[in-house]
Amino acid sequence: MALPSSLNRYLLLMAQEHLEFRLPEIKSLLSLFGGQFTSSQETYGKSPFWILSIPSEDIARNLMKRTVCAKSIFELWGHGKSPEELYSSLKNYPVEKMAPFLHSDSTYKIKILTFNKTLTQEEKVKRIDALEFLPFEGKVNLKKPQHIFSVLEDYGLDPNCIPENPHNIYFGRWIADGQRELIQSYSVKKRHFIGNTSMDAGLSLIMANHGKVKENDIVFDPFVGTGGLLIASAHFGAYVYGTDIDYNTVHGLGKASRKNQKWRGPDENIRANLRQYGLEKYYLDVLVSDASKPSWRKGTYFDVIITDPPYGIRESTRRTGSQKEIPKGIEKCPESHVPVSLSYHLSDMFFDLLNFAAETLILGGRLVYWLPVYTPEYTEEMVPWHPCLKLISNCEQKLSSHTSRRLITMEKVKEFENRDQYSHLLSDHFLPYQGHNSFREKYFSGITKRIAKEEKSSQE
Amino acid sequence: MKLLTHNLLSSHVRGVGTRGFPLRLQATEVRINPVEFNPDFVARMIPKVEWAALLEAADTLHLVEVPKEPIQGYEQDETFLRKMHHVLLEVDVLEGTLQCPESGRLFPISRGIPNMLLTDEETKT
Repeated sequence: MALPSSLNRYLLLMAQEHLEFRLPEIKSLLSLFGGQFTSSQETYGKSPFWILSIPSEDIARNLMKRTVCAKSIFELWGHGKSPEELYSSLKNYPVEKMAPFLHSDSTYKIKILTFNKTLTQEEKVKRIDALEFLPFEGKVNLKKPQHIFSVLEDYGLDPNCIPENPHNIYFGRWIADGQRELIQSYSVKKRHFIGNTSMDAGLSLIMANHGKVKENDIVFDPFVGTGGLLIASAHFGAYVYGTDIDYNTVHGLGKASRKNQKWRGPDENIRANLRQYGLEKYYLDVLVSDASKPSWRKGTYFDVIITDPPYGIRESTRRTGSQKEIPKGIEKCPESHVPVSLSYHLSDMFFDLLNFAAETLILGGRLVYWLPVYTPEYTEEMVPWHPCLKLISNCEQKLSSHTSRRLITMEKVKEFENRDQYSHLLSDHFLPYQGHNSFREKYFSGITKRIAKEEKSSQE
Repeated sequence: MKLLTHNLLSSHVRGVGTRGFPLRLQATEVRINPVEFNPDFVARMIPKVEWAALLEAADTLHLVEVPKEPIQGYEQDETFLRKMHHVLLEVDVLEGTLQCPESGRLFPISRGIPNMLLTDEETKT
């Protein structure tokens, strides 16, 4: 498919982690800024080099102000599978497009970036010299140039098999870097208030991007825990709500999750976490509440629902109900008494979550959540379905040899009517996931089988 | 708990349905919390507000200068938006209760956090 000539081509240099999550992130962000994802490449797979068309440089810059999956973006001036192809491609790039960045009053520098290979300084200089044919009229300034140009050489992905010559060479004008440094700034290691299952900072930011969280949105997390997802959302300018069934977590009480710490300190609660990052103004409220019995009035007022529901492994899946049994390990605190310890069957939980999202999201709003999966039995049909929600993406992250979790993003495309509440029962999607009610058993099944095997072999 | 939140909450006691809104607010400790004014956010919230419920809650807390309804062209009216900003986001109920108007059930607010959990009896099917 030929690319429209009015669109400019850009080269995205991607980070090599969370591979499956990258394309949905870029697509979601482009759609947030009014661009649409157009590319001549069929798929990107594992490669860190993505060529795509973006209508304007403004959109490209906005994209980079949000992405944690992309390291940098360049305006692509030429590329090829060999230096000759690259130079020929550069000679075909319209001079009038180059001119604004090469004129005599400007300063510039050229960087040589290589991937999966190291070059000597001499080799790099040779490559810069070979670009002399380009009409640079400005002055070289290595410290603070106005324009930075890069040659990017792709030597493949296998560190054990480095080719003599690069597979691909690109030349472009550097425009902006992505937000990967946020991963360090928001690292859970430095956060005041954490829990046993606090989400990794990079993934929280990716989730907020998949959800198209934007300034002045209201974002809600029904299983908020210590608020990691709210932090990511607030960072992008959204105002945040959270609920959790665990009184102690919401209030910031009880046992600490840090190794050398016994009890939580006074500065450890969700509000304090936001304050730590200067995001307190985005804190709306948190409530102690059972996600299966929401207390929100009828209406659509959430822009994004973003959550990591409990899988029943490190935190129990609970809901209020009518059994007297209280699980072991819940600290005794009269106000925090959770009346039930009904195991909340996972399929019910996702059914409730999807219905809740369909009811309370604004039209076009997104639901982003993790779905735990027993890999040997997983099929796409198992992803929970709802007539009002369209599946946007489904990205896998492995947890163990036989389990993984999938980040599911859905968008509300139809207003909720009462009868939609039960339509899932008519769907084929409902029955297959029922098997995952025993996710907890299956998660541990590998271990129990191995223990049984070891016992058996030690007896022989 | 902010008044914006109170405006969105409803009782979910069995059988109560839409008659669970609005919850009757009673406060024993209230704090005024300055929050940075963001006119765009406030303007976005105006269409979502249930005014009768807001006025009732504001009245219970003896708040003054609460607009009775959205005015024409409110999106550009800074005075109006600042008043709404104060009412919705800066008044924080630290201790108090929310009462279901139908069943009378009380939900406590402590340290600014409402507890909406129901007991075993109330959730029996």
